[in-house]
Amino acid sequence: MGAKKNRDKNTNAAAAAEGTTEASAEQQGPPPPEPKPPVEVLYCAVCSFPPEYCEFGSSLTKCKEWLQETHPDLFQKYYSDEALQAKIGTLSLEAQSKLEKDVAKKEAKADAKADAALKKKLSSQITIKRIERNKRKHVTAIHGLEAFNIDLKKAAKQFASKFATGASVTKNPQGQDEIVIQGDVSDEVLEMIEEEVGILKGIPADNVEIVEDKKKKPAD
Amino acid sequence: MFKKFSTSTDIAGQTPVKSSVQRSLRAAVLAQWKIEPETLDVIWPKKEGLVHVKCREHISIYTVHGEPIFFQHFDGPIYPTLRVLHKYPYILPLVRIDRGAIRFLLAGAHMMCPGLTSAGGYLPPSEEALAADTPVAIHAEGKEHAVGVGISKMSSEEMRKVNKGVGVETVTYLGDDLWALQTI
Ligand SMILES: [Zn+2]
Repeated sequence: MGAKKNRDKNTNAAAAAEGTTEASAEQQGPPPPEPKPPVEVLYCAVCSFPPEYCEFGSSLTKCKEWLQETHPDLFQKYYSDEALQAKIGTLSLEAQSKLEKDVAKKEAKADAKADAALKKKLSSQITIKRIERNKRKHVTAIHGLEAFNIDLKKAAKQFASKFATGASVTKNPQGQDEIVIQGDVSDEVLEMIEEEVGILKGIPADNVEIVEDKKKKPAD
Repeated sequence: MFKKFSTSTDIAGQTPVKSSVQRSLRAAVLAQWKIEPETLDVIWPKKEGLVHVKCREHISIYTVHGEPIFFQHFDGPIYPTLRVLHKYPYILPLVRIDRGAIRFLLAGAHMMCPGLTSAGGYLPPSEEALAADTPVAIHAEGKEHAVGVGISKMSSEEMRKVNKGVGVETVTYLGDDLWALQTI
């Protein structure tokens, strides 16, 4: 560390000296190479592609709206009549119209899929299960968060640090992922979902239920 | 390679890369890509820790601050991610596919020779001929930015001569699961 500082000082001193005798500085060889600046690429906020590729995505209508609003110059560049003519390039008219049909089909499919996903989301249930391990020990299992696009690993981490306990993502016997937290924190988890703490956003509280899973008492 | 890739099932673990290994990786990148050391330092600063993300089927992704920078299959060639290639397009030799081939590439297909040798396509001229098994930037007719990263399966001269079968294997492309993965 100390050595490096000294070196910096020396180069500074050298630079200062060079400043006074410019002519000799020129003979001291080329300046240190500079990094080449990166190309700034704009990405579509709708489909994440560079806008020139939006035409191949499944959200062209929305992409075009976005581009027209935010970058009208680029919109002209990509979607004016001349641009549309030019870009067909070496593709035959037949192939181009097939491409357009495919894109329209893809878009309709994606829309239908999004609709279905939304419906499914609104109807999917989250269960918070309080599981009795033995008389005084419980674990809390949360199932169904992934339907709301919540990263289970991140959510488990958040629960672990919030409750200062262990939390992990495991597969339940049905083979579905769920979060298991050590200790009974079911009420607190429900509260966090209601208050949308951290990454637990966008879950309607009506879809969440707490269930008990008690060990059967041995019959005596 | 990344048509279907999910962080929850395809990643085995993440480990910081030892500095001695980082040095040899840096040397390998400098040898394989057309990039100046000082520009590579901007993409991958020497002081920042490189993280090795171990994935299924011996795929390794390397990240800086969680952002994938390059990846490798076994100890094969080192490929930049498409986002890095967009920023520094000259680091790999360029091939171009014609407009008709774009939608196949975006569905994950490998690139057939005719899509590269047709009027809308491009292969380097014979004096700069491409050898087989070279990582390439895949560009597309009428487009400014690369649409994918691939590897040549035969030399560019052979592609012209044979003009059938797969010329360039697609490794990663716009919209695949690696593209979707902005940070790990
Ligand atoms: Zn778009």
